[in-house]
Amino acid sequence: MSALLEVEAVTMRFGGLTAVDNATMAVPEGAITGLIGPNGAGKTTLFAVISGFLAPTAGRVRYRGEDITDLAVHVRAERGIARTFQVVQPFAGLSVRENIAVGAYLRHAAREEALAAAGAVAERVGLARMLDQQAGALTVAGRKRLELARALATGPALLLLDEVLAGLNPSEIRDMIPVIRRIRDDGITILIVEHVMQAVMNLCDRVHVIAQGRLIAEGTPAEVARDPKVIEAYLGHGAAERMLRVQGDG
Amino acid sequence: MYSPEILLTAVLNGLMTGSVYALIALGLTLVYGVLHIINFAHGATLTAAMFAVYVLHGAAGLDPYVAMIVTVPGLFALGYAVQRLVIGPASHGDDGNILLVTLGLAIIIENALLAWFRSDTRSIDVPYGFSVIEVGTLFLSLPRVIAVFVVLLVALLLWLFLARSTTGQAIRAVAKEKTGAALVGIDVGHIYAVTFGLGAACLAVAASLLMPTFLVNPRIGNAFVLVAFTIVVLGGMGSIAGALVGGLFIGVVESLSGLFMGESLGQIGIFLIFILVLLFRPTGLFGAKA
Amino acid sequence: MSRLRPHAAILALLAVLAVLPVMFTSGTVQNFLIFTLIVALAGQGWNLLGGYGGQFSFGHASFFGTGAYAIAILQERLGLNPWVALPVAIGLGALVGAVIGTLAFQARLRGSYFALVTLAFAEVFRITANVLPVTGGAAGILIRLKLDPLNFQFADRAVFHWVTLVFLGAVMLLIRTLERRRFGARLVAVRENEDAARALGVDVLRVKIAAITLSAAITACAGCLYAQKFLYLDSMIAYGPWISIEALLAPIIGGLGTVFGPVLGAFVLHGIGELTKTWIATLTGGALPGVDLVLFGVLLIVTVGFAPRGILGLVSRLRVRAA
Repeated sequence: MSALLEVEAVTMRFGGLTAVDNATMAVPEGAITGLIGPNGAGKTTLFAVISGFLAPTAGRVRYRGEDITDLAVHVRAERGIARTFQVVQPFAGLSVRENIAVGAYLRHAAREEALAAAGAVAERVGLARMLDQQAGALTVAGRKRLELARALATGPALLLLDEVLAGLNPSEIRDMIPVIRRIRDDGITILIVEHVMQAVMNLCDRVHVIAQGRLIAEGTPAEVARDPKVIEAYLGHGAAERMLRVQGDG
Repeated sequence: MYSPEILLTAVLNGLMTGSVYALIALGLTLVYGVLHIINFAHGATLTAAMFAVYVLHGAAGLDPYVAMIVTVPGLFALGYAVQRLVIGPASHGDDGNILLVTLGLAIIIENALLAWFRSDTRSIDVPYGFSVIEVGTLFLSLPRVIAVFVVLLVALLLWLFLARSTTGQAIRAVAKEKTGAALVGIDVGHIYAVTFGLGAACLAVAASLLMPTFLVNPRIGNAFVLVAFTIVVLGGMGSIAGALVGGLFIGVVESLSGLFMGESLGQIGIFLIFILVLLFRPTGLFGAKA
Repeated sequence: MSRLRPHAAILALLAVLAVLPVMFTSGTVQNFLIFTLIVALAGQGWNLLGGYGGQFSFGHASFFGTGAYAIAILQERLGLNPWVALPVAIGLGALVGAVIGTLAFQARLRGSYFALVTLAFAEVFRITANVLPVTGGAAGILIRLKLDPLNFQFADRAVFHWVTLVFLGAVMLLIRTLERRRFGARLVAVRENEDAARALGVDVLRVKIAAITLSAAITACAGCLYAQKFLYLDSMIAYGPWISIEALLAPIIGGLGTVFGPVLGAFVLHGIGELTKTWIATLTGGALPGVDLVLFGVLLIVTVGFAPRGILGLVSRLRVRAA
C-alpha cells in the first residue's frame, strides 16, 4: 500500500510553545489510520496542519506525492481531502439535504444533481429519514452523521475525522463504527483523530501515538496498547513498570 | 513656507485637540476592551452630551466646566441603563445584533436631537472662550490648554480606578476572561453596564471641554466619532495607552494636514489612515486581538 | 411549469405593485411609491451581501452614490444618453464594490471591522464628492429636465413606477434564481460557518467578492433610478448615511436573506415613516425633521431584539407553531 498522505518533519511553534515537534508519519491508501494521544499532546494542532487550517513552522505535507503544504483549504477539498469538525456546526436554517448539498456542489454544478447526490450520501450514513428536517433539530449523534455526510459529499479520497465520536454515548458509538468502516470499504482512506479507545482499537489498521508534541509510537492497535512508552504517556511516569510488576505478581 | 511659529502653533493646537480626541477614543476603547463591541452610538452620545451642556448653560447659566457635576453622573447613569436594559437584552449576546442595536441607538439619539433642536448650529458664549495664555512667543487658547490637563487628570483617575478599586479590577477581569470572571462571582452584566457608563461619562467630560470653543449641531458627533474610531483602531482596540497616544498623534496629523491641505482634504486623510490601518494592521500599534 | 413556481410569487407581487399607481393617482402617493421602490431595490442589493452572505455593510451609500453620480455626470458632462450611461454607471458601482470587497475581504475583515471600513469608504466618497468640481462640489449636480422616454425621463409618474418595477422585478428574479443554485448555497454556507464552508471546497474569498460586486451593482442601479427621477444630487443625497441606513433597515425589518424581505421592509419603513410624520405634524402643527428616523431606530432595535429574522421570519415562526 502506498502512502496517500505523508507528513514530513512537521513542527508547529506558537511563540515559545512547541505544539508539534518534528512529526513524520504516513497514511497508507485504503486503510484507516488513527492518531491518538493524551489531552494537549498536539493531536488537534497536527490535524490542523494536515487539513490546511494551520501553516506549519517547518516541515511539509504531501498528498499523492505532491507538496500541498501551502495549498488553501478549499483547494485541498477539490483535490480530494475532506475533513470533519469536532465541534459540529450545521448550516443553521438549512435542511439536512441542503447542508449536505453544499458539499455535493463541489462535484456537481447543477442543483438537481447536487441534491440527488446529497440524498445518496445521506443513505450511506443513515440520515435518509432526516433529509428534509432542519439541521438544527438534529441530535448530537445526528449532527455527527451530518458532518460525515457533508464531508463525504465532496467525494474525497482522503477523509480526516476530527473526534467524530466525541459526545456520543456507547450505543451511538457502536452504531457509528460500521458507518465509518463502510466508508473505508468504499475505497476512501481515513485518518481518524480520536479519544474513544474502543473505536480506535476496533477501526484502525494502524495507529500513531503523539505525546507532548512528538510521535512516540506507531503500530497496530494491539502493539501500541502494549507499548510501555504509550502507557507512560497516558498513565504517567513509571506506570508501565508498575503494570508489569502487577502482572508479574498476579 | 510657513514660519516655525505657525508650525509650532499648529502642532500644539493639534496636541490640544488631540487630547480631547483621546478622551473620546478612551470611552470607545474601554467599551471595546471589556464588552468587545464597537459602539456605533458613541458619536450620537457625544452630541447629546454637548447639547446637554448647551441647555444647562442656557437654562441654568451653568458654566460648562461646572456642568460636569451634572452631566458626568447623568451620562454614566444613562449609559449604565442603556447597556443593562437595551443593548444587553436586545442583542442576545450576538455580535451582529449588537452592531445593529448600537446603530439603532445612534439613529434614535441623533434624530431625536434633530427633531428637538433642528439642524441649526449653536454655540455657547463664555467669558473665557477666547482667552489666550502666552507661552513664549505663542498664544494658546485657554480652554484648550485646560482641556489637556483635564484629560490627563481623567486618564490618571481612570487608570487608578482600573488598577486599584475592586470594581476596576473586576472590569479588568471581565475584559480578560469573561467566563472565568463569572465563575468567581463577578456580575458580568453589571460590569458591562458600568463600563458602558464610564464610556459615556468620558463623553460628558469631553463635551464640557469642547463647548467653550466649539459649536454643536445634531451631526457634530459623527465627525468626532469617526476620528475616534481611527484613533482606537490605530492605537489598538482596548488599549488605553493606545487611545491616548493615538489621539495626540491624530490631533497633530489633522492640524498639520489642515494647515497644508485645507479642511476637507484633511478629513479624508484621517479616513484614509483609518482604512489603511483596518486593512493592514487591525490590531493597531499597541493592539489587542482584532 | 413546476420550474417556474418559485418565481411565480414574485410575479404575483409585481402585478400587485404595478396596479398601485393606477389606483392612487395623487402625485404625492405616486412619488412615495417610486421612492419606496428605489429604496427596496437598494435594499435588495444590501440583502444579497448582508442577508444571504452575512456581511453587514454600513456603507452601501458608496455604491448608491456612485451609480447616481455616474449616470448624472455621464449625461451632463459627457452628453451620453442616459440609457447608454445606465449600464456604465452600474458597472462603475460594481467596480467600486469589487475594489472595496477585495480590500476588505482579503484583509479578512468581518463583523464590526467590516462595517467600519465600509462606513469609512462611504464617508471618503461623500467628502470627495463634496469638493470635486466634476460632481458639482457642494452645490451638487442637476440633470437637465428633458421629458422624453428616450432620455429616461417620463412625464407620467406611473410610467417611471413601472420602469422601476421592471428593474426591481428583474433583480428579485435573479436573486431567487441564485438562491436556488450553487452560488446561493455557497453564499449561505459562508454566512453560517466560513471554516466549514472552506472545508467543503468553497472558495470563501471569491464568493464574498462576487457577492459584494453584485450587491454593489444592484444598489448602484437604485442610485441611477433615483438620479433619473429626482434629477438633483449632492454629496449628502448620493453618499449620505441615510441611504446606507435605509438599505440595511429594509431587509432587516422585512426579513434578512429572503427575496421579499427588502420590499416588505421598505414599505413598512416608509409607511410608518410617513404616518409618523403626518401624525406628529398634526400634533405639533408643524413638521419635525427626523422624527420618522427616530422611529426607524426604534424599529431596528425592536426587530433585532424580538424578531431578528424580520417580519417574514415572524410569519414563518407563527406558521410553524400553528402547524
